[in-house]
Amino acid sequence: MKLSQYLLAFLCPIIFLTSCKKNDDEITADTKSTFTMEFENQVNGNPLVLNTNTYKNAKGEDFKINIFKYYVSNIKLSKADGTVFLIPESYFLIDASKSDSEEITLKDIPTGDYTKVEYTIGVDYARNFAGAQTEALDPTNGMFWTWNSGYIFVKFEGTSPQSTATNNALTFHIGGVLDPNNTIRTFSTDINVANPLRIRTDKKPDMHFIVNAGALFTGKTDISFSTLNFTMGGANSVIVANNYANGLFRLDHIHN
Amino acid sequence: MLFLSIALMYACSKNEDKIVPEELKITFSVPSNFPSPAYNFEDNKLTNAGFTLGKKLFYEARLSADKSVSCGSCHQQFAGFTQLDHRVSHGVNNCQGKRNTPPLFNLAWQKAFFWDGGVKNIETSPLNAITDACEMGTDIETIVAFLKNTAPYPNLFNEAFGSSEINTQRVLKSITQFTAVLVSGNSKYDKVMRKESGATFSSVELAGYNLFKEKCSSCHTEPFFTDFSYRNNGLDLVSADEGRSHITGVSTDFGKFRVPTLRNIEYTSPYMHDGRFYSLDEVLEHYNSSVKAAPNLDVRLKNGIKLNDAEREQIKAFLKTLTDNEFIKNTLYSEA
Repeated sequence: MKLSQYLLAFLCPIIFLTSCKKNDDEITADTKSTFTMEFENQVNGNPLVLNTNTYKNAKGEDFKINIFKYYVSNIKLSKADGTVFLIPESYFLIDASKSDSEEITLKDIPTGDYTKVEYTIGVDYARNFAGAQTEALDPTNGMFWTWNSGYIFVKFEGTSPQSTATNNALTFHIGGVLDPNNTIRTFSTDINVANPLRIRTDKKPDMHFIVNAGALFTGKTDISFSTLNFTMGGANSVIVANNYANGLFRLDHIHN
Repeated sequence: MLFLSIALMYACSKNEDKIVPEELKITFSVPSNFPSPAYNFEDNKLTNAGFTLGKKLFYEARLSADKSVSCGSCHQQFAGFTQLDHRVSHGVNNCQGKRNTPPLFNLAWQKAFFWDGGVKNIETSPLNAITDACEMGTDIETIVAFLKNTAPYPNLFNEAFGSSEINTQRVLKSITQFTAVLVSGNSKYDKVMRKESGATFSSVELAGYNLFKEKCSSCHTEPFFTDFSYRNNGLDLVSADEGRSHITGVSTDFGKFRVPTLRNIEYTSPYMHDGRFYSLDEVLEHYNSSVKAAPNLDVRLKNGIKLNDAEREQIKAFLKTLTDNEFIKNTLYSEA
């Protein structure tokens, strides 16, 4: 690590110098480009349709979904040689009711072949306690707790006949960054080296992810809506976060 | 560079020639007996225009659901920015909140806000009061929409931020330019500590200070007169308000509340998280004889704090040296 840092410090000025000399048409190591990430919301293999479709949890209980929103942040790309690129200020709110939120565009990405992608499901610790934020982190997005400041990482609201709450409501607001109820989870997946994420100045690849809302209720703990139908942070939110940590996202394919 | 220095020289000489006094520059000043603050305006440059806008928003009742309540309604300057004579905050539609309004000053040194410490940044603190059904009963979208359509706000945002765009971040940052500037550090106590213009305690005040250091300051720590911790002070065997555990989810935090500052305590009655005590005598009597053996009672209060009549008078005399009239009466902070 130390050595590579020295190497980088040594190389940086050289790269800058060379980049100044070179003409625009030449493809160099420091060119940048764009790629997109598409999030296709599903429930256990079926398309996610808000308000109308009925789904079943692992306990066989029916449910419908009215709201499904989640944060994807701090997106990191890694190359086979181990170099990692953290996309600066990468905070995105995906909202199943807003189809244009389901595809995000990442700009100014160094060109190259990436073999791993990693991101936070939610918002990192520091931003939860930072001052007034804007854009995806604007409190007007309905993903900020005002009484216990911090972001709701995943918001799921719906109904189930099994729910004992008023109007059979399901309210799962997952968030909180303090132990013992820290719900920050990281999604990470290797990309098939035969078809890596190839970012080129003339190629803007698309990564296609399947997002399974049903993953909130199964995995480590199968949840019955008769016993758990409401959580806004705390120990029950940790149960849900531990469920979706592994099952919420799956990289389906890449269009290079 | 040459032009710049000429321009600077010109600016200097021009200022000296001015007869009309310049508008007072709003500054955030750290009293010499205070440590360095937690909030330092690094990402929120303090300007006169930002402060002026923040103050106007603070006193703007039209931001609340029924247009009856501003921040300043429950945070009154003459009461150290808490609400005089109200046990609990009095919000929209005559709704009574569940806790006593906390005073607002020296917030730049505070890392958590409200009685339960649920809010961790001064900038996001107003959102709690804005959205609470028993406080302002509204939401930030409604407020932003109102401000966009109400003169002179677009102009004021332009002056403060360089464009007339109005969003959550700008609303909150400007309010913070007002609230974080509220520094109370010119009480008699402060002047004695700073050995300013020969300020000294009277013998009763000094006796009170010594008693205070012996019996109170382990929680009400100088110079803020709070150690910012959460404690149960035995008001009830079983607290009606869960307090800190509402935030942490930890049962040992049940019935704990943030140790309140004692600065300006002469003006911040009633006292305690639920405002149950109207006088300092009641507060001292509680510690003297009424501390209940609650499960999470602070160990230091197990035997209460015994005080005889003379000691109580001394303590009260000292507490009144924490009154900062320069702050309470500073018209810079008053509703115009």
